[in-house]
Amino acid sequence: MSVSIQSIHKTFGSYTALDDVSLEIPDGSLTALLGPSGSGKTTLLRIVAGLEFADPGSGRVLFHGEDVTEVPAGSRGVGFVFQHYALFKHMSVADNIAFGLSVLPGSRRPAKGDIEARVHELLQLVKLEGLEKRRPHELSGGQRQRVALARALAIRPKILLLDEPFGALDAQVRKDLRRWLRQFHDEIGLTTLFVTHDQEEALELADQVVVMRNARIEQTGKPQDIYDEPRTSFVYEFLGEVNKLDDGRYVRPHEIELKFAAEEGVQVAGRVSHLFVAGPFARLSVVPESGSRREIEVWATREQVEEMALCDGDIIGLRFPEPKPAARPQGKAK
Amino acid sequence: MALRPVTTESAPVRWLLIGLAVAILTLFLLLPLAAVFIEAFRRGWEVFTAALTEDAAFSAIKLTLIAAAISVPLNTIFGVAAAWLITKFRFKGRALLLSLIDLPFAVSPVIAGLVFVLMFGAKGWFGPWLMEHDIRIIFALPGIILATVFVTSPFVARELIPLMESQGIDQEEAAVTLGASGLQIFRRVTIPNIKWGLLYGVLLCNARAMGEFGAVSVVSGHIRGKTNTLPLHVEVLYNEYQFSAAFACAALLALLALVTLGLKTAVEHFTGHGSKGRH
Repeated sequence: MSVSIQSIHKTFGSYTALDDVSLEIPDGSLTALLGPSGSGKTTLLRIVAGLEFADPGSGRVLFHGEDVTEVPAGSRGVGFVFQHYALFKHMSVADNIAFGLSVLPGSRRPAKGDIEARVHELLQLVKLEGLEKRRPHELSGGQRQRVALARALAIRPKILLLDEPFGALDAQVRKDLRRWLRQFHDEIGLTTLFVTHDQEEALELADQVVVMRNARIEQTGKPQDIYDEPRTSFVYEFLGEVNKLDDGRYVRPHEIELKFAAEEGVQVAGRVSHLFVAGPFARLSVVPESGSRREIEVWATREQVEEMALCDGDIIGLRFPEPKPAARPQGKAK
Repeated sequence: MALRPVTTESAPVRWLLIGLAVAILTLFLLLPLAAVFIEAFRRGWEVFTAALTEDAAFSAIKLTLIAAAISVPLNTIFGVAAAWLITKFRFKGRALLLSLIDLPFAVSPVIAGLVFVLMFGAKGWFGPWLMEHDIRIIFALPGIILATVFVTSPFVARELIPLMESQGIDQEEAAVTLGASGLQIFRRVTIPNIKWGLLYGVLLCNARAMGEFGAVSVVSGHIRGKTNTLPLHVEVLYNEYQFSAAFACAALLALLALVTLGLKTAVEHFTGHGSKGRH
């Protein structure tokens, strides 16, 4: 189900959390809300869920064209997964997952056997068969996260919302679960919106990335487009490493060509202040001879560094790529 | 190598400190408690039972139990409602409500009693009206209950607020998104999460309700066999030099307190709650 967010404002007292935010989320897509803390991304997610409401009269939230701005969370049919799981501590895994079905009014509540079957099916889906009797505190972080997901899916939501789904997990589990979620999304095709402050996570996982900053959306687009053609300096700096040159241009470390200082086409000559080789990759910090205080970060291959026989302290030449058409104002990535 | 002791004080200093603690504990807690029971039984089991089964004592016990039986449930409801409101919602006047809950702890119980006399006494604000309609509050059961409710009102709320604050509202919000109604959330999510803290608060509230002296003393009027609660009865007996009877009643009160403490400890044992408790 598609989601349309139309000029939403949200203030908490004198603090503006969302300032005229509009966003289209296509049916079946996996969209990431990416931004630093305080950018408003979680507030936006909570407004879609119905856990917060936009300032009166400010804008609308539509689900598949239907206005749900005033509809309470319980009637929206959204699955919400909380950052810290928010599992019911006193209930077993099975009871947690069954909760959404067991609170349905009598006429719509499935029979006990049907609920059990559904719980079992969901446990299979999130690969936690056999753990139905456990309590949340007996599970690992990754398992808890998947129970939370199964619980949210039990009510057959039309939209799945995840708040920093991997934020509380350690690096390895995080990576595994990230891939698993992408696969999972491709299998069930549920419109999914998730919040993250991790750009790598957003770029790897999402079909559509929404970069937020200071209560506004900076840029919306496909991950590759946003990475290749950032529209603002904030997006440039927030997504991956970047060098800001003296003329104000932004250049990614891997876009810079390494040359000998006397070679043709060298734009800046500088001294290698730090050289770091890891596996097939090499990272260099270069201090320009021009006296600029900005060090330039360059990523190259180990092969290249060895071929040029580079060492710390060497003087080398750098060549920057041609400015991209996207850097021009009309080249909006949308 | 053996584990190094965490303290670095020399043995004599340690023994001095331990001895001091034991001495203070004995002098201020154990001795008085023992004295109560020794005095109560000094003149034998028969005097003891007679003192408790005598009409005035029986009426005092009954009154104390009635006052507790009414004020504890009332304050349980009030405490849960107040804690729920304060921890799960943000509203104007929240800070004010929080301070108001502490008011009965802050004012002297005697003042609390006087306030009720000032309002409902014969010369109080509502006195003439109450007199006209033949309703007795002061020097009667309603006054005693009012005073007890007032004095014990913070116990449950004060126990629950930090507990519920630390639990946050995540689980409730999760239940909301899953379609649960307010009542379902309260019954199936909130209550199970606070039940041990709630029991703990109720026990403390009950202990105080049965033991309250100051506020009740002011509103009761000390009518023997009518408006004397157990603590007041003890005082009356003591003032009449009936030491054995006084201590017999005191022993009963102390026993009730000990039972409450035992239950409280059991609750702590079950939940590991003790480290978080505020009392």
